Amino acid sequence: MKKTILTSTVLAAGLAVSAGAASAQEIRFMCYSDGNECAVYDDLLTRFEEQNEGVDVVVDEVPYQAIVENLPVQLAAGTGPDIAKITDTGGLNEYYLDLAPHVDTGYWDEAFGETLNWYRVGDRDGYYGMHSQLTITGPFVNATLFEQAGVEMPGAGATWEDWAAAATKVAEATDADFPMAIDRSGHRVAGPAVSYGAKLVEDGTGTFEGFGPFAEAFVGWNEDGTMARDVWASQGGATYADAAQEFINGEVVFYYSGSWQVGRMDEQVGDFFDWKVVGSPCGPAGPCSGMPGGAGIVGFEQTEHPEIVAKVIDFLAQEDIYAEAAARTRNLPAHLGVAQAGVEFEGATPAAQAALTAFAADLPNVAPEAFAYQGYSGNRAMYGITVERLSQAIVGELSVEEALARMNDDLEAAMSEAQ
Amino acid sequence: MLRIITPVMRVIEIPMLALQRLLGINRLAWVFLAPNLILFGLFAFLPVILNIFYATTGSDNVLLSDRPYVGARNFVTLTDCGNYLDANSCREDKFWRAVWNTLWFVTLQVGFMVGFALLTALILNRDIRARGFFRSVFFFPVLLSPVVVALIWKWILQREGVLNAFLDWTGVGGVNWLVQADWAFGWSVFISVWAHMGFYTLILLAGLQAIPRDVYEAAIMDRASAWRTFRRITLPLLAPTMLVVLVLALIKGVQTFDEIYAFTGGGPGTATTFIIQYIYEEGFAGAPRLFGLAAAASLLVAGVLVVLTLIQLWVNRRNVNG
Repeated sequence: MKKTILTSTVLAAGLAVSAGAASAQEIRFMCYSDGNECAVYDDLLTRFEEQNEGVDVVVDEVPYQAIVENLPVQLAAGTGPDIAKITDTGGLNEYYLDLAPHVDTGYWDEAFGETLNWYRVGDRDGYYGMHSQLTITGPFVNATLFEQAGVEMPGAGATWEDWAAAATKVAEATDADFPMAIDRSGHRVAGPAVSYGAKLVEDGTGTFEGFGPFAEAFVGWNEDGTMARDVWASQGGATYADAAQEFINGEVVFYYSGSWQVGRMDEQVGDFFDWKVVGSPCGPAGPCSGMPGGAGIVGFEQTEHPEIVAKVIDFLAQEDIYAEAAARTRNLPAHLGVAQAGVEFEGATPAAQAALTAFAADLPNVAPEAFAYQGYSGNRAMYGITVERLSQAIVGELSVEEALARMNDDLEAAMSEAQ
Repeated sequence: MLRIITPVMRVIEIPMLALQRLLGINRLAWVFLAPNLILFGLFAFLPVILNIFYATTGSDNVLLSDRPYVGARNFVTLTDCGNYLDANSCREDKFWRAVWNTLWFVTLQVGFMVGFALLTALILNRDIRARGFFRSVFFFPVLLSPVVVALIWKWILQREGVLNAFLDWTGVGGVNWLVQADWAFGWSVFISVWAHMGFYTLILLAGLQAIPRDVYEAAIMDRASAWRTFRRITLPLLAPTMLVVLVLALIKGVQTFDEIYAFTGGGPGTATTFIIQYIYEEGFAGAPRLFGLAAAASLLVAGVLVVLTLIQLWVNRRNVNG
């Protein structure tokens, strides 16, 4: 008798589960985290599920590498998720679901403004992505080393040359290993390159025109020891490398990275030394530009539930939800309303809060070229080419002129293949 | 046991007899071969066909139907050179840098590895104390994962690594090993020899132990010197094994990727970028993904490996036939 009851209970439970599964509309959200983003979205989306009975949003947290390498292949094969958090905003445009029929486009225009263009390519100019975390590149400075060296920190409007000279003085006076360091990334050098006159995007097409002056300066800094040569020279290919650990160890005076490093600095530097974020230095061409970037949430055309996908993204785009996500994840908001109201970042120390505020204050200085480059669909190809060829020039395999010529050839070949 | 097997065999016999009647005894062989043929076809033959397809088509699309036919364009791109000895004169300079790096690497790595493996095998073949322990010690690195090997050596050789700490302590002063092209290449060869030598030592040791003792006893009776014994007896009788080791090491050397990729990432610049890394980066890591170029390069490498494998087969056959 006991056995019969148990069997029927298991059977009934099984039937109930399968009936539930059949009626639920499951949405798969492929998410990666720089910090706690996926956990926060998962939590916020339970509210969406409560408001929309029968919808089950499953947040699949994956490594960033899966977003970069596996997601494009999955989308090409038609086996991608319904929603994903991505960074290659223009590159995946052909797969995006246009949210316009399902959302209030007036609100989206007002809330996300120019960042909407980062997800648009050519004729595909709908409403595709909600920029969930805005990042901007910029310098972290070891204020304690400046103080110990008795060198005055360059102020607003200082150029790269000013900072190089000041950082070198500080390194000499304090025995710090490196005056400056820049992450080994094409994205990271884009802002400085624009400040030196690089165009990067012209008439909607990628170009390395005007990249020469920055390349000359950068290779020179690596040769004369101003720049930490280890970062760019100790790797091959387009592999990413950063100098965050060197900065945390107090070995670098001036470290050019970006706003996403604030949490790490806050956590790992602690009381070891005082650090601060300053605005991106200016270049001879005029701009004092960092490079914007970040991640956004998009839906894909191949979903079986386009309306629900649009509703999920629209839910996350609402001002109150967006503001809560920005505060909990400690990311700069791309939502203009949220940015204007200001964000009290949860659990951030005064140093981190000041750093994030400094990065936010530098956003208006982003040059139009840098802004356009972020939305250019071929930017990932250009990032890779920049890293590979500049590295070859740094280690002496190519002269700067040869490296620039190769960069142009590589870009031409990549674009013809991509077409 | 027979009581179980016999009824089972009788059951199997029924469809087999029916098949034999249907196909005839000669065609029945194909039925037995089918599972193996299907597996071989799916996992070996089909990928080769796909590789050829990718090599002769263009664009960054992964779907075969979206890739336009470009004929030999990818092969032309790879082989378009002003001077093959100067990578800078080649359209695809990264490919030729990788080719030359691979050739240098294979020459040095195989040379050192076979030499040291032979030396080690000769020592371990002697009646030394703790012989079993030393055999294990030399074989141990072979058991390590390539990534573990790379990380161990990276920790030792990085700017603030163990070796530089030691050199600083002795007053010699550290060297930035992984930032200087020649040092990075040299250490790559060393690490590869260290990691794989044990395997070849083991093969050579087996070869040494297969040499009949009476030949050595005859040499002792003839008062032959140790060097003469080595040159006139050990080396000639070990030659077939040496050839197998040489060819195996050559094939493995050309395929070098994982441990060096994890160790230097191919840098500084392209100093330690080998051909397999080039294929990986063009096809999978870069943007856009140049599957065609990567497939064409992999076919060229496959050609080299086929030649090396044929040499190995020929050597094996010669050994078997005496």
